[in-house]
Amino acid sequence: MRKVFVDVTAKFTKDGCLEPIAFMWENGKKYEIDKILDIKKAASLKAGGHGIRYLCKVRGKEVVIFLDNGKWFVEAL
Amino acid sequence: MKEKVILHCDLNNFYASVECLYNPQIREFPVAVCGSPEERRGIVLAKNQLAKKFGVTTGEPIWQSLQKCPKLILVRPNFELYLRFSGEAREIFSRYTSLVEAFGIDECWLDITAICKNERDGERFAYEIKDLIKEEMGVTASVGVSFNKIFAKLGSDMKKPDAVTVITREGFQKQLWGLPVNELLYVGRSTNKKLQRAGIYTIGDLAQATPTFLKTQLGKWGETLWCFANGLDESPVHRVEYEQTIKGVGNSMTLPRDLHNEEDVKTTMLVLAESVARRLRNHGLKGKTIQIYVRDNKLSGCERQGMLEKTTNSSYEIATKAMELFHDTWDWHLPVRAVGVRVTGICPDDEYVQISFLDDEGQRQKREKLESAIDRIRDRFGHYSIQRAVLIKDKDLSANPVEENVIHPVSYFR
Repeated sequence: MRKVFVDVTAKFTKDGCLEPIAFMWENGKKYEIDKILDIKKAASLKAGGHGIRYLCKVRGKEVVIFLDNGKWFVEAL
Repeated sequence: MKEKVILHCDLNNFYASVECLYNPQIREFPVAVCGSPEERRGIVLAKNQLAKKFGVTTGEPIWQSLQKCPKLILVRPNFELYLRFSGEAREIFSRYTSLVEAFGIDECWLDITAICKNERDGERFAYEIKDLIKEEMGVTASVGVSFNKIFAKLGSDMKKPDAVTVITREGFQKQLWGLPVNELLYVGRSTNKKLQRAGIYTIGDLAQATPTFLKTQLGKWGETLWCFANGLDESPVHRVEYEQTIKGVGNSMTLPRDLHNEEDVKTTMLVLAESVARRLRNHGLKGKTIQIYVRDNKLSGCERQGMLEKTTNSSYEIATKAMELFHDTWDWHLPVRAVGVRVTGICPDDEYVQISFLDDEGQRQKREKLESAIDRIRDRFGHYSIQRAVLIKDKDLSANPVEENVIHPVSYFR
């Protein structure tokens, strides 16, 4: 498992939450997040970090994105 | 009256655990977090479980650790990250109680009496908290559960890592009295030696001695330790943030080389005094008692203290008193390897002071203005933008403890 830092477009909701909408992957392509399935505080033992864990649906697949002290990273294979 | 339920939570191998979380590639190896061997702070600050198996201990010089474990991976500390973790642990604790008392960066007491409805709740909440720390922060903790702070801390020390230990009123004699007496809080090297000379080797021996006898050996302290050993400590868990506790301000340094003369010690004292003075001014404080701590190159040392006539936050006055204490104490049987300076007897810096006709108050005030101006220059241009000439002479001994180390010692007694 790799830790890949990514540029993320996110929105601030009226409830005060921060939600990712899309991210730019290593291949230069932008991936839209279809749905956020789960948000919780967690550690990423696989990638090596911790913060807010977003379990997301992206093009039919589950992707885990973390917000760690202001930086976003993806748990990547 | 309802029995208190106190937890003591201790993040295991804290710095090393954080580094291993953030660096998965080093997790399978023995790891030590330490100051750079090339610079002055070449001691082990923390080690992981694998390094512990090789006998690596916190506080020992790096060269000693490498002898025990040649494949030891050395990692530089990242205090900003550790402070972030410390704050996040406290946020978890605050979900259970507002009575959270920090005891250093990686330990806290919690008084959860108010939320416990039955005998098993203490242990249940302890497991919950431990598991939340693991899940949300990726590090482990040991938690002690008991009816007082001292036993809760002994409990958290008993099983590591990632464990909960309950010390009950009915069982504490069996669980704790067989432990070596130096495992009791505030029984350090010196007190341990005195107790052993008096034939007291375990916590049980201490508990079963008479308070009168202990008072002859250790003064009032002896009675306090007797209470600790007998489960009679009733000190409350205070609501204390890690940063807020200021009974004293100090800094210490392990030097990159042995010091053989007073001039070198004076340079080091100046560095430490500047740091302590700056931190006092940052907090709007002054102090009246100067303490020094000196260790030789065999790591054996002593502490001395002396009082000033007036409170101060001037590095010049602190360093002058520190050197006076050093000069009166050290016989140079061995070279010096570590030095510490601390100011206690703290009060706000705007308190009214009785000045004397005999003192050169004008000179004092000039020095205060000078140091304040130096603070402002350093705020704008960095610590090393302005320095005493004597510190430029010896770069090895020069340092910036204010910014390079933000971990301050704390006191149990507030």
